Amino acid sequence: MIVRILGEGQFGVEESATSELNALDSALEKAVNEGDELAFRPALTALLDRVRALGTPLAADVIEPSDLILPRADADVAEVRSMLTEEGFIPG
Amino acid sequence: MSVMKRVSMIFKAKANKALDRMEDPRETLDYSYQRQLEMLTQVRRGVADVATSRKRLELQMNSLRQQQNKLDGQARQALGAGREDLAREALGRKATLQTQISDLENQYQSLQADEEKLTVASQRLQAKVEAFRMQKETIKATYTAAEAQSRIGEAVSGISEEMGDVGMAVQRAQDKTAQMQARAGAIDELMASGALDDVTGTPRDDIQAELDAMRTGPDIELELQRLKGEISGGPTPQIESGAGGAASDGASHAAAEQPQAGEGA
Repeated sequence: MIVRILGEGQFGVEESATSELNALDSALEKAVNEGDELAFRPALTALLDRVRALGTPLAADVIEPSDLILPRADADVAEVRSMLTEEGFIPG
Repeated sequence: MSVMKRVSMIFKAKANKALDRMEDPRETLDYSYQRQLEMLTQVRRGVADVATSRKRLELQMNSLRQQQNKLDGQARQALGAGREDLAREALGRKATLQTQISDLENQYQSLQADEEKLTVASQRLQAKVEAFRMQKETIKATYTAAEAQSRIGEAVSGISEEMGDVGMAVQRAQDKTAQMQARAGAIDELMASGALDDVTGTPRDDIQAELDAMRTGPDIELELQRLKGEISGGPTPQIESGAGGAASDGASHAAAEQPQAGEGA
């Protein structure tokens, strides 16, 4: 599957990594839902680090929609929340 | 639902809107390509803006560092003259400048990181736009409108996701650059208005004035004494004390003997 980290690009990740990434994503989701800034940072970092470690960067000239998209590394809770609710957040 | 899924669904919804807008899906290709070219221009402008902002910060940091060196020199001079109070004042101002410089340094590093990221993003987008242009021509030439549908969908969602990502990065960079321009402008204005003169040590600053007074004051006194001595014909007073004493002694003797040498010739 293809995973995009916003601001970094796309990575090809084996399907077998799905459950591991889902577990990390659940922790992130919990932090976002509870507005827990302290838990949010390590949760996001852990998830992004895992994607970078498991994935292979896609070539620049490949045009493929991603299966999963992750917030950029320095995003904060408020930003991720507005990303999930406001469609207008993404230009274009 | 998971964060990863929700974010990607929002991106897909955006792409689908673009696809739904056109009756003939092949028109979507041209429309999307136009948008891509516009986005490329925007990203390049973004990179240039960030670079300009970074250079301006660099200039400001340099001039603040110069002021700092000047204050440092003043502190040494004051201390050499036994004016610890003045030295303390100069060092205090130097420390205030340091806070400002550190703040600018942080901003500088952050801008530099943004510039690098945007440059990479711009190169990636350029590669994708070029790939899209070729796919677009192939799809148009080979497929009927109905057949082209799914291929166009893939290509357009893929590129629109990239544009969404890059678009956010450009937006952020522009916001940040605007903020920095405002702050840099405020510092420039302060400097131009003279409000920072005392702190930054321009020629009018008070520390320098006192140091100058201390340096010229004794010189004038000694000059007066020397002139008085010449007029009354008495012994020439020692102008300088300490290490310079011997040298000036010799010089004043030489000066005293000169009129005699002139008479002999």
